[in-house]
Amino acid sequence: MAEFFQQVVAGLASGSIYALLALAIVIIYRSTGVVNFAQGEMATFTTFIAWTLVDHGLGYWVAFPLTLLIAFAGGIALERTIIRPVEGKPVVTVVILTIGLFIMLGGLTNWIWKAEVRSFPPNRPFPTDAWEIGGVAISKQDVGILAVTLGLVGGLWALFQLTKLGLALRAAAVNPTASRLVGIRVGWMLAFGWGLAAAIGAVAGLFTAAASPPLEPNMMRPILIYAFAAAVVGGLTSPVGAVVGGLAIGVTLNLVATYDEHLHIELDRVRLPIALLLILTVLLVRPAGLFGKTVLRRV
Amino acid sequence: MAPLLELHDVEARYGPVQALHGVSLTVGEGEIVAVLGGNGAGKTTTLRAISGLVTMSGEVRFAGERITRAAPERVARIGIAHVPEGRGIFQELSVGENLRLGAYLRRGGFDEGYERARAYFPWLEERQDQQAGTLSGGEQQMLALARALMSRPRMLLLDEPSLGLAPIVVRELFAIVRELNEKEGLAVLVVEQNAKLALRSSSRAYVLEVGRVALEGPSAELAENESVRKSYLGY
Amino acid sequence: MSRLATVRAVVTALALAAAIVAIFLAPRWDQIGDIKGQNMGVYFIAILGLNIVTGYTGQISLAQGAFMAIGGYTTAILVVDHGVRDLWTIPIAALVAGVAGFLVGIPALKLSGLYVALATFGLAVAMPDILGWDKLDAVTKSGREIQLFNSPDLIGKGFEDVTFLGQTLTFTRAMYYLTWAIALVLLVVAWLVLRGGPGRAFRAVRDSELAATSSGVHIAGYKTFAFALSAAYAGVAGSLLVMAVAFADPNSFPAKLSLTILVGAVVAGLGSLWGVLIGAAFVQFLPDAAVHISKAQGVPDAVYGAALILIVLLLPTGFAGGLRRLFSPLTTRLYTRS
Repeated sequence: MAEFFQQVVAGLASGSIYALLALAIVIIYRSTGVVNFAQGEMATFTTFIAWTLVDHGLGYWVAFPLTLLIAFAGGIALERTIIRPVEGKPVVTVVILTIGLFIMLGGLTNWIWKAEVRSFPPNRPFPTDAWEIGGVAISKQDVGILAVTLGLVGGLWALFQLTKLGLALRAAAVNPTASRLVGIRVGWMLAFGWGLAAAIGAVAGLFTAAASPPLEPNMMRPILIYAFAAAVVGGLTSPVGAVVGGLAIGVTLNLVATYDEHLHIELDRVRLPIALLLILTVLLVRPAGLFGKTVLRRV
Repeated sequence: MAPLLELHDVEARYGPVQALHGVSLTVGEGEIVAVLGGNGAGKTTTLRAISGLVTMSGEVRFAGERITRAAPERVARIGIAHVPEGRGIFQELSVGENLRLGAYLRRGGFDEGYERARAYFPWLEERQDQQAGTLSGGEQQMLALARALMSRPRMLLLDEPSLGLAPIVVRELFAIVRELNEKEGLAVLVVEQNAKLALRSSSRAYVLEVGRVALEGPSAELAENESVRKSYLGY
Repeated sequence: MSRLATVRAVVTALALAAAIVAIFLAPRWDQIGDIKGQNMGVYFIAILGLNIVTGYTGQISLAQGAFMAIGGYTTAILVVDHGVRDLWTIPIAALVAGVAGFLVGIPALKLSGLYVALATFGLAVAMPDILGWDKLDAVTKSGREIQLFNSPDLIGKGFEDVTFLGQTLTFTRAMYYLTWAIALVLLVVAWLVLRGGPGRAFRAVRDSELAATSSGVHIAGYKTFAFALSAAYAGVAGSLLVMAVAFADPNSFPAKLSLTILVGAVVAGLGSLWGVLIGAAFVQFLPDAAVHISKAQGVPDAVYGAALILIVLLLPTGFAGGLRRLFSPLTTRLYTRS
């Protein structure tokens, strides 16, 4: 039983990382209609930048927000330079573009930083020991990751639902032309979306480096898949769905891995196919995802 | 008195296809002017040229200021509210959010704009949280109009407001437009296929054919004009 | 026949003839050339198939590599476990992969564009793991390599020379010719299918499902048919790939392969057969060229990625689209003059 709780908490932590990346994917999809295959590599790239900052003497707690700012700026720059020209082009074209970005960033990361073993200083961002509560060891890091994630999600919700900027962001995503006619600078809204997503991805990357050291160029690849699964479960348009999906996938995979030995199904080897099956089942039952709004439109 | 809106020799194209071949028109302060013509005559394109939504050349002036090729955001800021064809509302957002967006450019101006909107469209109040896309066609058009009002514009560009609406709804819509014009002095440039209604609601009108102004003059006169009657009024 | 149609027919015939001559007379190169050329042929077939489902029918499939895996493994298992002559496994691989494609096409009916892309992407990512799964050991040898080398049922079993029509060819050369011969046959088949009823139906589905249904086109039927057909092509490609290297393992068909095929199809220009050769050449030779620029780790990928981005920005409709634009003044003149 104790182990169960531990694994659930651990699953929630790894799920938080999937959720964050899924959130980034959803934000970009909602604002620009693009499925960003490069989201993981962007996160990796910015995490390596963070490491470089720390390596050059900056304290971790200075490097962390600085990295988020750099990621934000980078996201805006990407949108304005290479995404904007393909706005409105067929889905396939944009998909290939982000795939190209994925490959290019992966290559750049490898080239700039090579594949040496790197880690962040210990106990950053969270202490790596655990609390003992009634015989159960709860990792402080796991709780920290989960807490920050939930906080971020809450903050984003507030941004989108309660602020004028958030409304403008949503409007720009929903009807760019009408948005321009009411005075919204749609181009910058889209760029902001990318910047925001990049920053969230950076957090996911930093947490990944902390939760599964060492820091290495391929670290976000499997996470991207789980993030897609989570985003899809959320219907690609629901941030809530992405978060719930991410947490659910994290917990499920963890529990499966733990109890696999008892069940003798050797499911661990097929974690990815399970994620796939999950996506497919959800989509077949509810084509708009579990949380996607089936948009009602009067024809 | 100088007209509020002036177009001089405006040309516009969609890629290689030229849609306007030199359109000139004016709208005076507090006037309702109609633009008539068949499909493909260039009516919608004219409005889009004003709003900067299409590749164009020529000259467009608003209150004396040059706004040729200005970005739509700037056109909105100087006081022109454009209600595009197909209503241009935010289908996935709620009625309340649509209205809020109408007031986007006005710092803290939501409340006063909302009072006005409610005065003309009282039913909006209780439908605040309803998804805009689930409103009926007529309601959506009203919402679009209400949203346009939220920015306290000096001029309204209406693109085919009657499209897809039942006649009784259209009459109601035009009645509201006329009221707005009389009570608030709102200038209106309305593009319409429903020539009869447009001529009855406006003081002056232009008839476009193949991207050029073919006829212009007081609406009452045009309504009696032989060719206008044959081509657009059906008798 | 109208002038435009005549000119098009002549140009097509000439282009085809030139391509055939180039392909079959080209190999004045060494073994490496054969191998790369053969691999390009494999890509050609896979891209051709993907074009059918994505370019003509408008369903984005990111699983072409997974279907190649199915075809490849079919060949491997039939040759090694059941002693089937490898050449005969090719149509069987096509069939098996085609059925798989059909099965994938069914759930795809319920999904809209982007979700099909993501679901098929999931399939491509999961395929290596599925192939490595212990529970499927009987079929897939759970991730251990399947060696076809030295199997008596393989052409040139130990990479030996092959005799054909009195000529002795090296194994690599023989595989090169075989692959391209099949590729050309499949090109003609695709052309025939696409210019006929099915082709029109595909395009109707792509352009407007609403219009297509009201015209009586059986959307579900044609969508799944498109998937099946394109998967069959992939199956052949996978089969030839396995035959060329004489082994099969999950790593031969990573997710990246599906992405590569899609890249090839987009660079080629979706919805047209004209650019497929260029697309195949792009995905085959650009990574090599990138390595030439610098062998430093990561640079080839960075260059490849950057090149891809540039192509999408400059030539979003791919090579075929670029051709179309280039010749549009000419075709318009011919069209209006006929």
